[in-house]
Amino acid sequence: MPEDSIGPDTRLRDQLLAGDEAAFEALVSANHGSMLRFARNFISRADVAEEVVQETWLAVLKGLAAFEGRSSLKTWIFHILANRARTRAIREGRVIPFADLGAPEDEALNPDMASRFAEGGGWSQPPAPWDADTPESILLRQEAMDQFQTALETLPPAQRTVVTLRDVEGWSAEDACNVLQISETNQRVLLHRARTRLRRALEGVLAR
Amino acid sequence: MLSCRDVVALATDYAEGRLPWRARTQMRLHLAMCALCRRYIHQMDLTKSLLGRLGRNPERHEIPPSVREAFRNRKAD
Repeated sequence: MPEDSIGPDTRLRDQLLAGDEAAFEALVSANHGSMLRFARNFISRADVAEEVVQETWLAVLKGLAAFEGRSSLKTWIFHILANRARTRAIREGRVIPFADLGAPEDEALNPDMASRFAEGGGWSQPPAPWDADTPESILLRQEAMDQFQTALETLPPAQRTVVTLRDVEGWSAEDACNVLQISETNQRVLLHRARTRLRRALEGVLAR
Repeated sequence: MLSCRDVVALATDYAEGRLPWRARTQMRLHLAMCALCRRYIHQMDLTKSLLGRLGRNPERHEIPPSVREAFRNRKAD
């Protein structure tokens, strides 16, 4: 058997199949919250999202023996969740943020950055130095963090989903694209726009 | 030659390692010479790092009773 198929996640699978309830509890407890948040990208109602996540856990238990460890267990779980959330959203007539992504508008620059450059492409409104220059020092600044959180929460849905998966939760581009069923390019455009906006929000508070 | 506007537009392609080598070289050259763009890229990196910190201590959730039940019933199979 190839080395990489006997990874920590196939071991966890085996533990769960053997009935290790503590391991299952740990798995659920660690992921339920982010699964709820993820489901809310497709489903507007919190109670429906909770239903879908619980159904996902049941489906995970049913399908566990078939998990081969080709992806991480987490990615596999989120695949199941994404499919259920999409199906449920369609049933409820909801617009899915990624469904019509197609080719992103040919706009490499966020509208709010376009005005910062002169005609030749040089800065007209350059970035100012910030008061706080490390993540640790920014975390201590209440107002900056409040603005940052608000900016994150009010991002357009597709941008918020991608930047949350990639930058907050630390998923690889490949896993994010697989679960969201979008192309690498589309994913990157959304990530770019989200980071650009969030940087701008920090600048609003931290620029000297 | 890349303009500062180009650098800003390509910031994430660059950070993700998705620029073809020529554009990447031009990017690095520009950044070597332009303190303002260096500052911008640094601030984009800071933004990404800060997001990562938000994800550091995810809250733990209680396992829903029906899910625990399903696990126990399965175990009994």
